[in-house]
Amino acid sequence: MALYFYNMENILDDVTKSDYKYGFVTDIETDVIQKGLNEDVIRLISSKKEEPEWLLEYRLKAYKYWLTLDVPTWAHLTIPPIDFQEISYYAAPKKKEGPKSMDEVDPELVKTFNKLGIPLEEQMMLSGMAVDAVMDSVSVKTTFKEKLAELGIIFCSFSEAVKDYPDLVKKYLGSVVPYRDNYYAALNTAVFSDGSFVYIPKGVRCPMELSTYFRINAANTGQFERTLIVADDDSYVSYLEGCTAPMRDENQLHAAIVEIYLHDRAEVKYSTVQNWYPGDKEGKGGIYNFVTKRALCKGDFSKISWTQVETGSAVTWKYPSCILAGDNSIGEFYSVAVTNNYQQADTGTKMIHLGRNTKSTIVSKGISAGKSQNSYRGLVKVAAKAENSRNYTQCDSLLLSSECGAHTFPLMDIGNSSSIIEHEATTSKISESQIFYCNQRGIPTEEAVSLIVNGYAKEVVNKLPMEFAVEAQKLLSISLEGSVG
Amino acid sequence: MLEIKNLHANINGKEILKGVNLTVKPGEVHAIMGPNGAGKSTLSSVLAGNPAFGVTEGEVTFNGKNLLAMPPEQRSWEGIFLGFQYPVEIPGVSMVNFMRAAVNEHRKYKGEEPISASDFLRLMREKREVVELDNKLANRSVNEGFSGGEKKRNEIFQMAMLEPKLAILDETDSGLDIDALRIVSEGVNKLKSEDNATIVITHYQRLLDYIKPEFIHVLYKGKIVKSGGPELALELEERGYDWIKKELGE
Repeated sequence: MALYFYNMENILDDVTKSDYKYGFVTDIETDVIQKGLNEDVIRLISSKKEEPEWLLEYRLKAYKYWLTLDVPTWAHLTIPPIDFQEISYYAAPKKKEGPKSMDEVDPELVKTFNKLGIPLEEQMMLSGMAVDAVMDSVSVKTTFKEKLAELGIIFCSFSEAVKDYPDLVKKYLGSVVPYRDNYYAALNTAVFSDGSFVYIPKGVRCPMELSTYFRINAANTGQFERTLIVADDDSYVSYLEGCTAPMRDENQLHAAIVEIYLHDRAEVKYSTVQNWYPGDKEGKGGIYNFVTKRALCKGDFSKISWTQVETGSAVTWKYPSCILAGDNSIGEFYSVAVTNNYQQADTGTKMIHLGRNTKSTIVSKGISAGKSQNSYRGLVKVAAKAENSRNYTQCDSLLLSSECGAHTFPLMDIGNSSSIIEHEATTSKISESQIFYCNQRGIPTEEAVSLIVNGYAKEVVNKLPMEFAVEAQKLLSISLEGSVG
Repeated sequence: MLEIKNLHANINGKEILKGVNLTVKPGEVHAIMGPNGAGKSTLSSVLAGNPAFGVTEGEVTFNGKNLLAMPPEQRSWEGIFLGFQYPVEIPGVSMVNFMRAAVNEHRKYKGEEPISASDFLRLMREKREVVELDNKLANRSVNEGFSGGEKKRNEIFQMAMLEPKLAILDETDSGLDIDALRIVSEGVNKLKSEDNATIVITHYQRLLDYIKPEFIHVLYKGKIVKSGGPELALELEERGYDWIKKELGE
């Protein structure tokens, strides 16, 4: 007599034990400097990058300040102590000269992009996207620069910007995220290797999505990216950031800074799909991701919109924030954070209302599976003079196992009585009856979970540009293959 | 087509089915009636493979295959459809996406390519008409915010989409007003053919005025205690279930 017993916990196990699908290491010769951090290392980084004196001074100031700080411990994260002297702070792919066309790009690198499903050539030709592909710490290829240049748009690696547009960089670097902001911001400022720089001139709408694919690629190398976006009066740009990383045993530290400065009536959309190596199913390895992202809506009627789909990293510490300084400025934050196995995420946003009639929207969707911990941390602050401001916060958690955790830490600090603040929160679990209903229609459990999760995350995913939304949906399915309990 | 032999099943350790025997052939319509708690819904859940129920004894073969060894999705692919008494809501998943996933899984099992977007929309439109289902419902989340009648019509719509060999309709008439009952029944009748079979589980004769089964079974205390033709349903309607209990010596 054959009996069929369907065991939910087993299914859960199967699902949550899926391996990282982008685990591979590219064989590219890398120029890595000695492990450890001191003033000499910072001078070496600066000289390798042929930086001006003021930038070196700025790095050193940040380094000295960093030395006075302690690692922050307030997040809902359990992290083993990081030995900052065991990390190499600079790695650049060795190359004879900078490539001038695709033909000159290292074939190994092209292969890497292809494995990731990001064929650079196709992207260039088909999607009309400009790709500033960052490999380890040095930008290898910047495209469409000429086309953008016609409009006066600057989109280049941070190093190039330092050389070619020193005045702009000097004016805005640290204007949104000063090095004194926090521990990892100070560290990044001291040792940042490269990143992207964007300037959209007055009245210009950038006609294409600007996209950077980051990839951490050298063993044991900290990755310290620096992105600076400046949107001048009446300008618009949509910026995409997406990442995957090869499988590693060692934990890799990543501490990036993204600064966005918006002038009057400027609008910036910043979208992220983050899929770094989360560690294996026992929680070994994986990226530590400590990011400081902030936009300053300095100008009146300016608007910043952050959208993020976070599925990767062993540890995520990330709060893309909006300082709404200009009157009538708008800040938005749409987030899906998925954690599985032993992943930990502490993520959310800060909406700082300083100007009058400022508006902010927060939609946060947490999805937890396995033994993971997923926290939303948010601050809504309305200054006394920020009259008639509005905030709407929606904070949802979806649980896929009985061993995971979902937490919310919302903080509201409202300084006047003319503002309106709304907060909604839900916690739900995918029910066995939902799964059975899908099964009965012929949809196996894994596909059912994927369908339900994508439905749950739709509101956020739909905010992503089309190409990204498709990729994000695939990612959600891959990260959660099968987890219900 | 379906052969149930001495089926015993429990939920949370409590035995509900205590030796059910039933044979269903292609083209037949069977009704299973019985008082509350007799095990009618348990029987449909067990046939569909609901993991909440455990089978402790007996055999079920479906077109010669061992049904109890199959996971629920495979039973669906093999042609078993369960019209739920309480269709569950799945927020965020549109009916269109849900049905496309279901149809494509069925095709995959048969070794067919996924259905094209235009063919799928045409199929949706065609099948929607069977139960007069509003186009707007197709764009809403699965069963979310549907009225009781809409949920039941949606079940029959899904049945039309998946073209099962054996449809088990669990109390499809409960909570329906007379118009919805007519629409749902007509839908079921339109889908009837010589190759498929239907098991209607119901409390009342009312539904059987529309869907006319050739075979009536009375399920009582986990067993089929009486079987007969359409006249049995009428008798039950008239006399209730007490006389059956008396016949059984209770």
